[in-house]
Amino acid sequence: MNTADQYVEAIYLEQQIENGPVSTGVLADRLDISPASANDMIGKLETRGLIDHEKYTGVTLTDKGIARAREALETYCIIERFLTNILAVESFQTEADELEPVIDELVAERLDTIIDRHPDCPDCFDPETDACCYLDIATELSDTNEQRAD
Amino acid sequence: MERSVSVGQRVDSDRQLVRLLQIGIVLEEVVEARATKHRQSINTTADTTVPDDTTHGNTDNDDNLNTLLIDATKESARHRDQLEKLIDMLDAESIAFDTVETLVETQYGRTELEDFDDVLYDQLCNEETAYKFYDDLLTAIQASDVSFSIDRERLLDVLKRLKAEEAEGVEAVTNLMEQRK
Repeated sequence: MNTADQYVEAIYLEQQIENGPVSTGVLADRLDISPASANDMIGKLETRGLIDHEKYTGVTLTDKGIARAREALETYCIIERFLTNILAVESFQTEADELEPVIDELVAERLDTIIDRHPDCPDCFDPETDACCYLDIATELSDTNEQRAD
Repeated sequence: MERSVSVGQRVDSDRQLVRLLQIGIVLEEVVEARATKHRQSINTTADTTVPDDTTHGNTDNDDNLNTLLIDATKESARHRDQLEKLIDMLDAESIAFDTVETLVETQYGRTELEDFDDVLYDQLCNEETAYKFYDDLLTAIQASDVSFSIDRERLLDVLKRLKAEEAEGVEAVTNLMEQRK
């Protein structure tokens, strides 16, 4: 997956959490990069028509950006599901993050033939728990987060 | 818990390398299992087709496809073996073929019996995907300065060879598609 796809995916998830535009700082935190790097890519994404950028407000995905982000998120879901269902990896989120930049959409599509992904995907993805809600382990994560909130 | 995304296409650790090699093994296992199912599917179709004047000329194509699928199965088994040796050297475990075969069987049970062109197209996707995977993996390893607990040159040599064989596979399927036109 290329860097632009990772950015639009991150904006898509943060938009859901923030319920509105995403600031450069929030995006930089999520991607663990400097605000300057985030700003640089924001300019490129805007030129490609993937986002709208309002100064002092933040960025919002265009329809084209949303479509691209959802495709990227599907690829991420496939990797997470593959790690949990086939390889039984406990730290599947950390490892999915590491693998995501190296796994191409084409490769993910092949892996998808054996993981029985839910038809709702990528709406199955919960940005708070950072996992597909249909993964058995995701229920445990959600419970843990709720206990922390209490 | 929000995630922090790693931006950049590099392989930075033994663990990441092992996972990618395991993915390579699963891709090869999927190819092997699907090619086997395709052969069964094609043979079943041939058995139930009533011969007429138009089917006469298809015999060569069927034979060529059968040979292609047998070769693909053998090649994937060989690639899997080479990837398993690399994983062994990294002191990790492979993925049992039975596990993947069962998952492919389950998926196959949900699809219609395939015709010649469906099988060829799927085989082309298999070869192209494997080629793309090895190409990306080589790029990601070469972009990293990390010392893996496996000889880097040997690792790159094996992956380059596998990539080259997948490229030949793409060519073989494309040639068969051309003959069909």
